[in-house]
Amino acid sequence: MNTPRKLKVATTSLAGCFGCHMSLLDIDERILDLLQLVEFDRSPITDIKHCSACDIGIIEGGVCNAENVHVLREFRANCKILVAMGACAVNGGLPAQRNHLQLHEILTAVYATEGGLASGVQIPNDPELPLPLNQVHPIHEVVKVDYFLPGCPPSADAIWKFLTDLIAGRTPHLGHGLIHYD
Amino acid sequence: MSDQTFTLDDQEIPFAPGQSVMQAALDAGVFVPHLCYHPEFRPHGSCKLCTVKINGRPATSCTTPAAAGLNVESNTPEILDKRRTLLQMLLVEGNHFCPSCEKSGHCKLQALGYELGVMTPHFNLIYPDRPVDASHPDVLLDFNRCILCELCIRASAEVDKKNVFSLSGRGITKHLIVNAESGRLADTDFALTDKAAQVCPVGVILPKKQGFSIPIGRRRYDAASMSAHVDEFKPTAKVQEERP
Repeated sequence: MNTPRKLKVATTSLAGCFGCHMSLLDIDERILDLLQLVEFDRSPITDIKHCSACDIGIIEGGVCNAENVHVLREFRANCKILVAMGACAVNGGLPAQRNHLQLHEILTAVYATEGGLASGVQIPNDPELPLPLNQVHPIHEVVKVDYFLPGCPPSADAIWKFLTDLIAGRTPHLGHGLIHYD
Repeated sequence: MSDQTFTLDDQEIPFAPGQSVMQAALDAGVFVPHLCYHPEFRPHGSCKLCTVKINGRPATSCTTPAAAGLNVESNTPEILDKRRTLLQMLLVEGNHFCPSCEKSGHCKLQALGYELGVMTPHFNLIYPDRPVDASHPDVLLDFNRCILCELCIRASAEVDKKNVFSLSGRGITKHLIVNAESGRLADTDFALTDKAAQVCPVGVILPKKQGFSIPIGRRRYDAASMSAHVDEFKPTAKVQEERP
């Protein structure tokens, strides 16, 4: 009997803290079972820099700068199923706590008025740096998202249940105890 | 209890004269999602989470009197979908950042989100700018989480006789205010022991000096979902305080 083709999975962290990726690794030895079913494409796990055509794209983090928008659109263009993983991708999360403040005020406070930096330090303006957006956005405000997995981070068990449901072709269902917003 | 009944999702629910559809359902152990309903207060009908279909027409079950022979639909895909949409609208209208909220795990808005499987806010988030009021020595007010259920307003007026809270504005600008010339809670006679300090279903009215005192895993809605707490919402229930 032919073994089914492994699904290609890409992951990335945008305006996130990599906590969701740590929680993914927290599935422990189940990652060996996962690797029987999927192969990782672009991901911090593989260090592949760009997406090829994938079955599942998993996005951690919201959108806080121009580079995040580019990466998110690359994922959307290449992934059949796009998943928002974690509070930041779902609703902006911690980075979005700056949304009621003016961007210029924040940058001025960090780089000009607060102590701790060498004198004469300016707000960074290197063309290599992606420009911050005025506000942090959850990813569903930028591209179409197929599935959402809330949690800060979602627990390893929640991620495992979600992924095994998805890979088996079921609509992911977490149920009480696995669905969490915190 | 009279021997009159109505039908709720194919279950016969007995009711006493004067009971609402919600009260009769809760008394029979059938949970109906709600946020602005509280067994010790008159029904308010504002959150709309308890909307059911009664004889084919949508109605809030907390304000509709029970009557013999009613056909009530509650746990149907259509109604559950509408309730999820209501929760999503509440989530995008405020700043509900659960990881930093002391009410997380005890919050009815969050618990209903879990109960109904709300995985995304769906709509574009508004991120309103609502400064907190930390002026009171014992209580913090975080207006970012207010869902306008008016339970604190009702408790302060009807039980505490203090009228500390009120709503101001219309439509999307409607917001909770403090009845003091300065607008600060410290300039009222509000006290931590007030009923109004105990009824907030979300994380607006928080006692100071005891944040995150119950570890994750032992909070009210960690072990069991909101529907499993149905006994706490019965009209005859001895109501626990919102914070254990």
